[in-house]
Amino acid sequence: MGTPPKGIFTPYNRGHHRFAVILASWTFLLIIAGALVTSNDAGLSVPDWPTSFGSLYKIPKLVGGVKFEHTHRMVAQVAGLLTIILAIWTWRAEKRRWMRILAFAALGTVIAQGILGGITVLFYLPPLVSSAHAALAQTFFCLAVAMAIFTGKKWIAEDPPIQFDERRPSLFTLTLLSIFVLYAQLILGAMFRHHGLSWWPHVLNAIVVSFVLAWTAVRALTVYSQIEAIRRPAILMLSLLIAQLCLGFMAFLTRIAWGHEAVQPELPMVISTVAHVAVGALLLATTVILAIQVWRHAPVAFEARLPQVQRTSAA
Amino acid sequence: MNKKTWTKTSTTKTWTMIAALCALLALAACSKKEEAPAPAAEQPAAQPAATPIDPATVATINGTVKFDGTAPKPAKIDMSQDPGCKGTNEAENVVVNNGDLANVFVYVKDGLGSRTFDVPATPIVLDQQGCKYHPHILGVMAGQTIQIKNDDPTTHNIHPTPKDNREWNESQPPSSPALEKNFAREEIMLPVKCNQHPWMKMYINVVKSPFYAVTDKDGKYSITGLPPGNYTLAFVQEKLGEQDQSITVGPKETKTVDQSFKPAAD
Repeated sequence: MGTPPKGIFTPYNRGHHRFAVILASWTFLLIIAGALVTSNDAGLSVPDWPTSFGSLYKIPKLVGGVKFEHTHRMVAQVAGLLTIILAIWTWRAEKRRWMRILAFAALGTVIAQGILGGITVLFYLPPLVSSAHAALAQTFFCLAVAMAIFTGKKWIAEDPPIQFDERRPSLFTLTLLSIFVLYAQLILGAMFRHHGLSWWPHVLNAIVVSFVLAWTAVRALTVYSQIEAIRRPAILMLSLLIAQLCLGFMAFLTRIAWGHEAVQPELPMVISTVAHVAVGALLLATTVILAIQVWRHAPVAFEARLPQVQRTSAA
Repeated sequence: MNKKTWTKTSTTKTWTMIAALCALLALAACSKKEEAPAPAAEQPAAQPAATPIDPATVATINGTVKFDGTAPKPAKIDMSQDPGCKGTNEAENVVVNNGDLANVFVYVKDGLGSRTFDVPATPIVLDQQGCKYHPHILGVMAGQTIQIKNDDPTTHNIHPTPKDNREWNESQPPSSPALEKNFAREEIMLPVKCNQHPWMKMYINVVKSPFYAVTDKDGKYSITGLPPGNYTLAFVQEKLGEQDQSITVGPKETKTVDQSFKPAAD
């Protein structure tokens, strides 16, 4: 085990890490459950909140739209419970203060997400609130994934290989730009799905996303291919981008080109849109992982961060 | 601060946070119960007395609405996601029988001036049967009661999505009493849907006068009791849009006003 270069040493806790992985995986399931609600137009099949048909604990007959909406609520309740446990566990077990803050930030996010879900039901799915609910879901997913990374053995025990980044824009800047355009894409897609915007801004931004992510991935793979922690998420990001573009095209065909006259949500349109949402979430989370690993393994040299005047006087 | 004190303070902080969170969740859970129940129906403003109409002079308008083109094949609906929905079901967005167009809402759009009309005391019935709305197109006067029944062995939710009236969404289990609702403001083709069964859609047309009709399966309609005058008659179809005709009816006249719709341009 290498010596940590700086900061507070925290021992690797396998149980804690596994729990964080479980939360991240469960959140991915929750995103799929939420996407199924929207794709099946079942968002208001349970008209009340936080109760379901007047009860906080009774499970209604899971037929029709209720099957999707109430299942989503149950999966969300479990996610909330897992987040509470992880926050308390992190608070007690973690020595890194920022990790404790992150755990409670995740808890705050999941509570806000639950309240947003409730507001969107009580106010009959206003596009802005529903889109915020969709965007915050993926934000929470990224937080859960980040916690899984930060509690992992590699992160805690490894002495990370570092290769300073001297190119401009730096790879870290590119990863941040990738997250930004992906987040914009997520909001545009959510606004379209929730009838707040036309489809074309989402499709146009897909071109920008493709360009920025391809640039980021090519830079990562050409310059840092020997660093596994960068190479692997970069390859995954590129693969997910290709898959996501294909799924987006399928969703466009099934929902807009062929399905605009559909009298009910049809299976091809449900499958393609849910897969598009799920892969979109994976793509965003992978890009966040890449940004984290680039920040760790390919930082901008401290000297390069100083203004020119300071560098000259230091020399 | 020594380690023991720190641990104790930290534990106290943890439990305080947990207690605060539980309180927040409990508050969220209780907030719904404290809400006042939604009013059963909107309260329209008090109507002035109805303008008298001389029954000896009233006219009748009737006619047939045709579909000019090849009738679209009605889409089959898959109701397998709820065993409580039995039978066959087809989309009703364009219903054509031998060239006659059903489910067209016909009403006097203009020409009645400042006349007012009594709101009928008899409720209009909207039934849910076979996981379909009966009727698919409903006409009602502003403020008139709509009695919504559920004759299916499954729960429905009734969710109107109006532009000018209040939106609501209520579930109705099997064998539950009829819901009684009304809409205060005029609104044509107000969509109503069931989020449990996404194929269930219908339209309510809320008008200020009793001079309206919905074409039957043979495309026929009839509007009676109309005072003589010049009017704009509107024909509205949920998918094919609106077409208007200017008409003049004399005392006791029975006038035939036919209309035809062309297929929607995709």
